Amino acid sequence: MTVFVIRRFLQSLAVLAVTAVIVFIGIYAIGDPAEMLIAPDASPAERAQVVASLGLDKPLWEQFFTFAWNALHGDLGRSFVFNRPSISLIFERLPATLELTLVGLVFALVIGIPLGLLSGLKPNSATDEVIMTGSIFGFSLPSFWQGMMLIMIFSVWLGWLPSTGRGEVGEFLGIRSSLFTLDGLTHLILPAINLSLFKVSLVIRLTRTGVRETMPLDFVKFARAKGLSEKRIVFVHVFKNILIPLITVIGLELGSMLAFAVVTETIFAWPGIGKLLIDSIMRLDRPVVVAYLLVIVSLFIFINFVVDVLYSLVDPRVRLGDAQ
Amino acid sequence: MTGIGTPVLEVRNLSTHFMTRRGVLKAVDDVSFSVGRREIVGLVGESGSGKSITGFSILGLVDPPGRVVSGQILFNGEDLLKMPPKAMRTIRGKRIAMIFQDPMMTLNPVLSVGTQMIETVLAHDKVSRAEARTRSRDALGLVGIPSPEERLDAYPHQFSGGMRQRVAIAIALLHRPDLIIADEPTTALDVTIQSQILFEIKRLAAEFGMALIWISHDLGVVAALADRIMVMYAGKIVEAGHVDGVLREPRHPYTSGLLSAVPAAVPRGEPLRPIPGFAPSPLSRPSGCAFRDRCARATGICATEPMPSIAADREFRCFHPHLWSAA
Repeated sequence: MTVFVIRRFLQSLAVLAVTAVIVFIGIYAIGDPAEMLIAPDASPAERAQVVASLGLDKPLWEQFFTFAWNALHGDLGRSFVFNRPSISLIFERLPATLELTLVGLVFALVIGIPLGLLSGLKPNSATDEVIMTGSIFGFSLPSFWQGMMLIMIFSVWLGWLPSTGRGEVGEFLGIRSSLFTLDGLTHLILPAINLSLFKVSLVIRLTRTGVRETMPLDFVKFARAKGLSEKRIVFVHVFKNILIPLITVIGLELGSMLAFAVVTETIFAWPGIGKLLIDSIMRLDRPVVVAYLLVIVSLFIFINFVVDVLYSLVDPRVRLGDAQ
Repeated sequence: MTGIGTPVLEVRNLSTHFMTRRGVLKAVDDVSFSVGRREIVGLVGESGSGKSITGFSILGLVDPPGRVVSGQILFNGEDLLKMPPKAMRTIRGKRIAMIFQDPMMTLNPVLSVGTQMIETVLAHDKVSRAEARTRSRDALGLVGIPSPEERLDAYPHQFSGGMRQRVAIAIALLHRPDLIIADEPTTALDVTIQSQILFEIKRLAAEFGMALIWISHDLGVVAALADRIMVMYAGKIVEAGHVDGVLREPRHPYTSGLLSAVPAAVPRGEPLRPIPGFAPSPLSRPSGCAFRDRCARATGICATEPMPSIAADREFRCFHPHLWSAA
């Protein structure tokens, strides 16, 4: 296990370094931030001064090493637009996205797994047909349209839930989140549902397939022959086997939910990092974009690590650190 | 009946059919037999003859589209087919246990052996976890697994095939059932391990006074183990009787055909004689005797269904049986 953690950590550093190079060069290739930042009527002297102060006059390799050196000291550059450290901008916005994603994930699991079990245990029944048809909608209707429909139905027509913003933010154990106030929670429901609808369908289908693949196996029949209750067979014997593919996919999806909550955040004006990213790209705020991508890559790496550890907990055949 | 007193199990006119899209598949067709206390019965037949489905029918474990369509399965005088599912669950694993063919597949790969044993104890008896664990450990020791206490915490992939089958046997023994149905439990194992497992099961069955239905396609195994043998062909029992008698003087042409195809039963130097043709597709069996297309003795009358004839300790379904006593 220790070997696994150390090796995984070294791998992560390599991945981060490579991403940093790619991201930096990629961002450097698009547009000239000076054009966006400097007033059109500025004199060439003023212009040269701004360019020099941002370090944009230096060659690419020098800019990169300055960036890398600073990054190693925890400084990912100052936002051109806000003139504040880009990393603190991101960490200000990150909790909003995290809470949205986590609540969305909980919805996906809490709704998806029971429906998938129901569907898989009674294949081709009326219940199964209804659930499967529903999941096709979840898959195929575009997320932004689903979001607009949610707003129309629940905010405009029924007036039950607010449609924009994060609401009142409460504080608990030093963490500030909308989860801790009633107002915040009501603001969270619609965007979280919007973000989770696609994942609900995915979880339903994964669970259903898992159940259908596991039920005919010999060990299920043997469990029956032992006289176990159907409840124990489904929730212990079958479910623990289904968890293996489920954890893999959910881990990957959690990363993509974090990174691409952009659409939902835009529709519901949710002040998360997705919205910050879009704004920064529009204004060519390079340091923020680079910092955002590096933070997301780190999150991905961390989630994958957690998935691998969970894997070894669920499946005894997986032993971390043994593989070469 | 060789058993003492009432038989443990009496199957009467059991039929299990599979309702497939291509028609009704009669996997088990009007099968009757009984198993006495402490008796070991071998049920032999080739693949698809319905022997495994007979075993699953007894435990009520036939998966859809299969269904027991008629008959009675009297276990200690009680009809299992009339039993509500809840009561049936208290029979399975407690009074009738089953051992499966492939030990690699019968244990759940993600649960420890201990968990899978303890849950079997707790499913039927209200005892503490510690007590269940002790019983599980003792059962592992009984089937010859070294250091059973530590092995309880191991997972199935840490056992060899033979050891896994021993675990499955230990699970079957946990409640000292009246009857164990063993569905080809040695087929998937190495020959050396086969004989060990065989010996182990025979010893334990005798020790705890359990009756045993041994399903197999291996006549040699059944000859070494069973008191009585039943030969199944195309969903029917075509011949049944004492194991020595049936193997030495088979009455049904199918039984004699099987015997002359077994290497050990044929004198050295004589060629093996395989049965010509193939077993009929279960969806399109010929009327009357299903074996008549492959049988050298078949005549016109074989197109009608042969009823079981009972002679001394022998039962067979044939119009033209081999005659031995006269010779």
